[in-house]
Amino acid sequence: MASTLPQSRVHADAVAPVAKLWRTLQILFFANRSATRCLSLILFFGIWQVLCITGFKFFINFQLVPSPWEVVGATVEFFTSDPGVHIRSSVSRVLLGFAVASVLGVILGLFIGWFQIIEDLMMPWLELLRPIPAVAWIPLAILIFPTAETGMIYITFIGAFFPVLISTIRAVENILHDIVLIRVGQCLGANKWFIFKDIVLPGALPGIAGGLTIGMGNAWFCLVTAEILAGRYGVGYITWESYVTSNYPPIVMGMLLIGLMGAMSSWAVGRGMQALMPWRVIKKQGA
Amino acid sequence: MRVGRETLTRVPKIESAVKGAVNVEGVSMIFGDSPQERLRHRGKTNQVLDSVNFQIKPGELACLLGPSGCGKSTLLNIIAGFVQPTSGYVMVDQQPVTKPGADRGFVFQQYSLLPWKTTFQNVELGLKIKGLPKAERQDIVGEYLNLVGLAKYRDAYPSELSGGMKQRASIIRALVNSPSVLLMDEPFAALDAQTRHMMQALLLNVWDTLKTTIVFVTHDIEEAVFLGDRIFVMGVQPGRIKAELSVPLPRPRQLDDMLTPDFTQISRQVFDLIREETLKSMEN
Repeated sequence: MASTLPQSRVHADAVAPVAKLWRTLQILFFANRSATRCLSLILFFGIWQVLCITGFKFFINFQLVPSPWEVVGATVEFFTSDPGVHIRSSVSRVLLGFAVASVLGVILGLFIGWFQIIEDLMMPWLELLRPIPAVAWIPLAILIFPTAETGMIYITFIGAFFPVLISTIRAVENILHDIVLIRVGQCLGANKWFIFKDIVLPGALPGIAGGLTIGMGNAWFCLVTAEILAGRYGVGYITWESYVTSNYPPIVMGMLLIGLMGAMSSWAVGRGMQALMPWRVIKKQGA
Repeated sequence: MRVGRETLTRVPKIESAVKGAVNVEGVSMIFGDSPQERLRHRGKTNQVLDSVNFQIKPGELACLLGPSGCGKSTLLNIIAGFVQPTSGYVMVDQQPVTKPGADRGFVFQQYSLLPWKTTFQNVELGLKIKGLPKAERQDIVGEYLNLVGLAKYRDAYPSELSGGMKQRASIIRALVNSPSVLLMDEPFAALDAQTRHMMQALLLNVWDTLKTTIVFVTHDIEEAVFLGDRIFVMGVQPGRIKAELSVPLPRPRQLDDMLTPDFTQISRQVFDLIREETLKSMEN
């Protein structure tokens, strides 16, 4: 027993720096949420770089995958040429598609959710069109639309429209199911219009917000598909073009750029909707 | 909690003396009997109410008391016009009830404030629907908020209010409309015992001030005896009025009246009436 005591003290001394490092890391990265989020990105790119350097090959193969470092090179090259025209054309396509999709999706969704007859008239063919992937629309988009530009906007519209529509319909149905809130309006003498605008519409907002956030992401999701149609410009076009010419780093750069712009616009949509719903207080586990 | 008659000056009253006669005539309710329901209930019908008759006088506070499953909430929903009886009818101030309306205020058991409106906006709803100008709405709602001690919370959202505050707001939301009759469906059942007692006292205070006819549904014997002028004890299977008794306790009533021998004796009497029905409803 006597001999174990000094030994364990030595052991404790050896552990101390590790524990200290861990404490420092905790303070650095977990003390506030933005640091935690930075850490998550650092880990993501770090692991990716390591997989590329070691040439990881076990079922999935990283030997030919451009490393983050190569992607940085491609990105620098992209931004030193003329990036504005590509980014501008992509952003405007996505935003236009999303804008049309959200206006149409929310209005149609409210009508379908509220009126039985409109649901019966619209839903059969909407449900028929819903599962069709954006890429399958390319030939028809070329045939139907006067310009490639409008065709591309239509493809991003298709991506955003259905999530917005379905979320809005479900949100209205959910609030109609909450019979107490509807009855509150009725026994205060409210007519149908008042119940719709003061009870159903605000009650459906959280659901609509969800649909808009998903719709925003989906519009970006469809960008590469849309820009297969394109002539010369667009981030999706670069991605597709680089694939055709087997130039891999720009592909990954295009993917990440789409990811980044998609994440930022979804975040903006989420923030905007949150501002419309000041009554919602969300407290997560461990927050 | 400030509760006082003097705070309420501009609220329309007096007319309540002639308003709020409720006449329930031969009301029966069978669930699963309408064509749409027959499908869902697979032909099984369930008689919830069997020819219920009673009259409530203007300005009276009547309690419908019964064990769960006696159809007391269904009866209240019928008076409110939320559901139509299978047979029989309800008249409020000689007008047959066919649909919900502003003349019958309703306080729900669940918290029913609109989560996206502040206390003030929730309470003002009825006046907004009536089309009252904003300044007038401000005045009236302000007085009612004072009446139940919610003035400080006028701009709080329901999620920031306690259960008791939410129900106080629900009560005045129904009352700002000056309804002929206030229908209350176990409004205090979800509250803790202390808050419940405070709310009962507060309700009596409000009622003393406004003299609105109240139909109060509860399964709590003490609550019915403390609040009611008359208690309609309901029986189960099918739901019906089993007995009707007047509560001779003097008004105004205080919470410590619950400790008097008179109170205990009446409660005991009601308890004996209801015990058999409770056992019956427990067997099912």
